[in-house]
Amino acid sequence: MERIVSLLLLALVVTLAACDRAAPDTSKAAQAPTSGTTGGSQSGDFGPPQGEPVKAVLTSPPAVPPATGRTAPARVIVELEVIEKEMPISEGVRYMFWTFGGTVPGSFIRVRQGDTVEFHLKNAPDSKMPHNIDLHGVTGPGGGAASSFTAPGHVSQFTFKALNAGLYVYHCATAPVGMHVANGMYGLILIEPPQGLPKVDREYYVMQGDFYTVGKYREKGLQAFNMENAIDEKPTYVLFNGSEGALTGERALTAKTGESVRLYVGNGGPNLVSSFHVIGEIFDKVWYEGGTHFQENVQTTLIPAGGAAMMEFHVEVPGSYVLVDHSIFRAFNKGALAILKADGPDVKAIYSGKEVDETYLSDRASANLAAVATAASAANAGALTVDEQVKAGQALFAGTCSTCHQGNGQGLPSVFPPLAKSDYIAKDPLRIADVALRGLTGKVNVNGQDYNSMMPPMSQLTDDAIANIATYVLNSWDNPGGRIMKEQVAQRRKEAAPTTVATH
Amino acid sequence: MRLCLLACLLPFAAWAADDGAGYVRVPGGNFTTVLAYEDARGPLRIAPFAMMRRPVTNAEFLAFVKAHQAWRRDSVAPVFADAGYLTHWQGPVQLMPGAQPAQPVTRVSWFAAAAYCEARHARLPRWEEWEYVAAADALRRDARADPAWRERILAWYARPSSSALPPAGAGAPNSYGLRDLHGVVWEWTEDYSALLVSADNRNQGDPDRSRFCGAGALSVADPEQYAVLMRVALLSSLGGSDTTMNLGFRCVKEIS
Repeated sequence: MERIVSLLLLALVVTLAACDRAAPDTSKAAQAPTSGTTGGSQSGDFGPPQGEPVKAVLTSPPAVPPATGRTAPARVIVELEVIEKEMPISEGVRYMFWTFGGTVPGSFIRVRQGDTVEFHLKNAPDSKMPHNIDLHGVTGPGGGAASSFTAPGHVSQFTFKALNAGLYVYHCATAPVGMHVANGMYGLILIEPPQGLPKVDREYYVMQGDFYTVGKYREKGLQAFNMENAIDEKPTYVLFNGSEGALTGERALTAKTGESVRLYVGNGGPNLVSSFHVIGEIFDKVWYEGGTHFQENVQTTLIPAGGAAMMEFHVEVPGSYVLVDHSIFRAFNKGALAILKADGPDVKAIYSGKEVDETYLSDRASANLAAVATAASAANAGALTVDEQVKAGQALFAGTCSTCHQGNGQGLPSVFPPLAKSDYIAKDPLRIADVALRGLTGKVNVNGQDYNSMMPPMSQLTDDAIANIATYVLNSWDNPGGRIMKEQVAQRRKEAAPTTVATH
Repeated sequence: MRLCLLACLLPFAAWAADDGAGYVRVPGGNFTTVLAYEDARGPLRIAPFAMMRRPVTNAEFLAFVKAHQAWRRDSVAPVFADAGYLTHWQGPVQLMPGAQPAQPVTRVSWFAAAAYCEARHARLPRWEEWEYVAAADALRRDARADPAWRERILAWYARPSSSALPPAGAGAPNSYGLRDLHGVVWEWTEDYSALLVSADNRNQGDPDRSRFCGAGALSVADPEQYAVLMRVALLSSLGGSDTTMNLGFRCVKEIS
């Protein structure tokens, strides 16, 4: 028994916490903050809390709580419940998430520097696991982890003073830490500087995480956690806000032209570093690493695992802006993609849209377009076969259509509709020609799912090319087969012409 | 002690009449625990013992509280069981519909579990005994090096706990003939409290070395150990009066 009592605790209640921050630099303790710096934690204590305790407003992503609006330190009560629950991670794919507040990422917490935060961590009675919380915004060993280790059906309480302003990650630090984090146990706490943050029109909360399942990407059903792949750092999914499609389609972030937008973006990891980028925007300001200073005019900002950043931009031009991890295979093959939809009138002086589209003939005939040439000469000879059309269509598809609809015709859920086994195409194969000629804007239902985005007209393609692409699509991926002839396309183009003009 | 000796002389079949679960004889052996003991490097020597074939059921625990009034949920001393104790039962001595007789009993405190075993002239298993038998799969006594063994354990963590528990003993037996060591409920161990060092103990010696970062990274260096560590973490989070929806127990008897 004595042996047991003197167990070396290596294996137990292991927390990651203490390594998250360096010990206070005592050599500078006596120095007054130099001008241009905030003075850090030494200048963050504004005295005891004043007034009645305040209950913190917690929000589920992508919502952000309102500014505290306080000018004096308060006692802020935070009540956060750990819930283990099954939720979709992709369409038709479920995962057993462990959450702070029932969402991934967990509830957003907003306090003011100098506040005394009374933290209550509840662990739901039907939880299987004990959990705790390490807030990177806490000054103290473990960031609260040791003080908040909570069995199922229990609640723990600890209190800290928020000495440093900034945007901080919080996460579970119970062994095995990596597994708790990989299952979604992270979120953000914003500690506002005393003067608050500049006012913006919209604020959003986005957090990236990598996920590891036993089944392959988009393999249906309940997927279990894959420890091997987590250790090897080979994620099945890389996601914003815990599921594919969390921020696309109906759930896209929204803004209007002329508005300023601030994003609070965290990276829970557990493994990957994010190259965070918004396609079509430039960040006017990035409070890199979630700290006090900002960089201006930034295209892509790095967000480390267990780190965060704030960024602001002003929306000038309407349209869809795509949030991605610019380690770009993660965006298009693992799910790290979200949409911010901006509404408002066109501003042609800033962005014209397409102005010129003419044929450009390179003097270097591309080898892989040989099939196109074969089809063209066969067509001229009046001996074009379906097979030749399919081959030519395949080569053309690869350059033009596959960018969005993917090489396998699967599209991207909620963003780009599938062409494979498409009920939309089966209903009327000539739609392929119509959409290629006219583009498609607005709501469309394909295979039971609504899509609401914009495909520009591909009218630069010749009738020949469109006929071949359409024939390729019809004869691929379980579509009904058949062929489209260039004469049919020409006819549609003629009919299409007036409408296209009229809408512009 | 005399009781134990007496019991050990009886054939195991006789125990089965006593306890619905029945006991399985577990031969002793050398065993390398995943825990690092300060004063015991190398394998531990596990003495032979007998362990209940499956976790204790609601029906068995009901019989116990009927015979021992002090352990009814309406009369138990709060120091021995928290407010959740047996609350899924319909009444203090009534199971249905909240609890099925054949399901493993859960929401029992360590004190109640220990009292149950004591009333059966048994005791709760020690951690090393539990870990020793739980290392087995259907064919091998120590299957821990097999990724499939670990995957099966981890798969339980991925299953929602909102669904009803299966009857105790429905799982396949391991090579000892023991069932449901994994995949149904957590189980109390006699020395669970030794798996947690109290806040006071942490402040002695070199707490940072033993508790944070480096130590944590070392202890999980072998991914094989993850699944077992999670059970240790759960037990270490508990106090003796705590109950949870997923925590039950089984008893062991010593064999001399």
